[in-house]
Amino acid sequence: MNSLLLHIAKNEWKSLLRGKWVVGYGLIFLLLTDSLLRFGGGGPEALLSLSNVMLLFIPLVGMIYGILYIYQSREFIELLLTQPIDRKVLFWGLFVGISTPLMLAFVIGSLLPLGWHGILIKGAAASAMVLGLGAVLTLIFVSLGFLFGLTFYDDRIKGFGFTIVVWLFLAILYDGLVLMLVFMFGHYPLERFVIAVSMLNPIDLARIMVMLEFDVSALMGYTGAVFNRFFGSNMGIIIASAMLTLWLAMPAWIGLRVFKKKDF
Amino acid sequence: MITTFVQAQIIVSPNASITSIQAGIDQAAAGDTVVVYAGTYQENNIEITKPLVLMGIDRPVIDGNNEGTILVIRADSITVQGFEFRNTGRSYIRDYAAILIDQASDFIVKENHLYNVFFGIYLAETDRGKVQNNRIESYDRREASSGNGIHLWYVRNPEIIGNRVEGMRDGIYLEFAENARIHGNISSKNNRYGLHYMFSNGGTYYDNTFRENGAGVAVMYSEDVDMKNNLFEHNWGPSSYGLLLKDMRQSNIEGNRFYKNTVAIYSESSTNIQIKRNQIEQNGWAVNIKSSSARNYFTENNFIENSFDVRTDSPRNNNLFEGNYWSNYEGYDLDRNGTGDVPYRPVSLFSVIIEKQPESLILMRSMFIRLLDTAERIMPVLTPKTLYDEQPKMHRIQ
Repeated sequence: MNSLLLHIAKNEWKSLLRGKWVVGYGLIFLLLTDSLLRFGGGGPEALLSLSNVMLLFIPLVGMIYGILYIYQSREFIELLLTQPIDRKVLFWGLFVGISTPLMLAFVIGSLLPLGWHGILIKGAAASAMVLGLGAVLTLIFVSLGFLFGLTFYDDRIKGFGFTIVVWLFLAILYDGLVLMLVFMFGHYPLERFVIAVSMLNPIDLARIMVMLEFDVSALMGYTGAVFNRFFGSNMGIIIASAMLTLWLAMPAWIGLRVFKKKDF
Repeated sequence: MITTFVQAQIIVSPNASITSIQAGIDQAAAGDTVVVYAGTYQENNIEITKPLVLMGIDRPVIDGNNEGTILVIRADSITVQGFEFRNTGRSYIRDYAAILIDQASDFIVKENHLYNVFFGIYLAETDRGKVQNNRIESYDRREASSGNGIHLWYVRNPEIIGNRVEGMRDGIYLEFAENARIHGNISSKNNRYGLHYMFSNGGTYYDNTFRENGAGVAVMYSEDVDMKNNLFEHNWGPSSYGLLLKDMRQSNIEGNRFYKNTVAIYSESSTNIQIKRNQIEQNGWAVNIKSSSARNYFTENNFIENSFDVRTDSPRNNNLFEGNYWSNYEGYDLDRNGTGDVPYRPVSLFSVIIEKQPESLILMRSMFIRLLDTAERIMPVLTPKTLYDEQPKMHRIQ
């Protein structure tokens, strides 16, 4: 079963590399990271800028890529479905085959410049965090793309539209809503609420983890005891990682369920 | 005739005929040297009332048995050197110290170690004394039951040089101290302030390190104070500041480095302060300036990678920022003269939002906030319109 999964994944990798698309994606990150380090003074600020780009684009690219794949390889998927292959194995094979090259393109593309500019050694923890978060976000959003592709299997316009709206919502509008809520209910103790609400959005989660790594001195200045406990200890990182793992599991699991039950 | 000019030496040692320091002092004449050999002396309230040198050989220990003050200096020209003081009394009413210098002048207290003391070295109404290369450590974590490391009260011309103070209430405390010179000290991990300056005019402190203090450094109600080349670092907490200025006038802050503090410089009701050539790096807020502060001049500072550059509580601005380097500056320099062509506005909209609604801090570095900030920078509405640096430097100032 595992060898079959690997076989499907390998097949995907081959066709992806032939498409050169993933290589280009990796090169973009390579150029971006290198120029950020070259012109940004080579300090921790470069990692911050990289994480900004990562937080904005990885979700978009991941989702578009996931949904595009489902639409483009319709015939291929349907052909495979006629074979005596467990649907679960097929789903995971496709998912692993698609998401890992994308993830690796980002990680390697950013890792190399970080390495030759010496940031990997100077800021090992911060680099690991930014790269790790990028990898996890890729997985989350590819699986979201898969999910939307499977749900809107026959209506591509709707599928793409939905993807863009979801990205816009999670990446930008969500924080506007949070800010609005904070101002609407400003007279109540909001710390717990605000932390909880931010945890519901994977992009915010990743952002908060970056923030915990880079802006601790600012955060320690906040007077609320709840914030201080959350940010001041490893608790914040642990809770955020747990939530991120949940985000990793949920769309993949739902996607699998849809895939299993779907009448293609 | 001749004997009156020769300085006699009195030996105190556990094995000598004189085994108590107080007895040795009592037997000495003015100008003598009392040499104390290694050993532990259980004594407190030792009093010196004539000029002499009290010298410890191989760091003898004076243990106060948790009672009262250990050593009291009540005459001019006294030197105390090379001792270890331990276990003073603790009290909520009286300020017990390891060494109390009371109404004396020209004293030297140097190379002593002080452990588990309530107050360390206490100067009251003294003139021209020197406190040099001492180490003071105590580990009482409660602010109320710990005393200050080096405490100056109604003091003139003191010199505080090269001391290390750790775990006290305030590392170095000055009240009504005139013309103090404080340099080369390391004051760290104190419960409250590393250095606390009150009603002390005309002093200067330089080349000191203030690290991980509960509330950083506070300089208040004084004028003509020079603060140069100090290092303020890792002062974290809700009410912790690298340097807190309150009701200060006509002072200089120059060449200091502020690194990783929650707030690097906080200013309240302070006027005519020159803040020049400082490195303000990776702090939460570089400057928090209350609107009660006026005519302060920030120039040639490097503001590098601070989460927020300037925070203020009013749309009006009475201070001047000019010719600083801001790493967050995004302008351009078309005529290539090293100065940016568009002004830099160091107060971001987000810092105004946080001022109103602190919970929104969780949105830091989000895309939405960045969009708001950019829009506000182009068309300032909520941020102080007159608070900007018209000549932001393009490169770090060396």
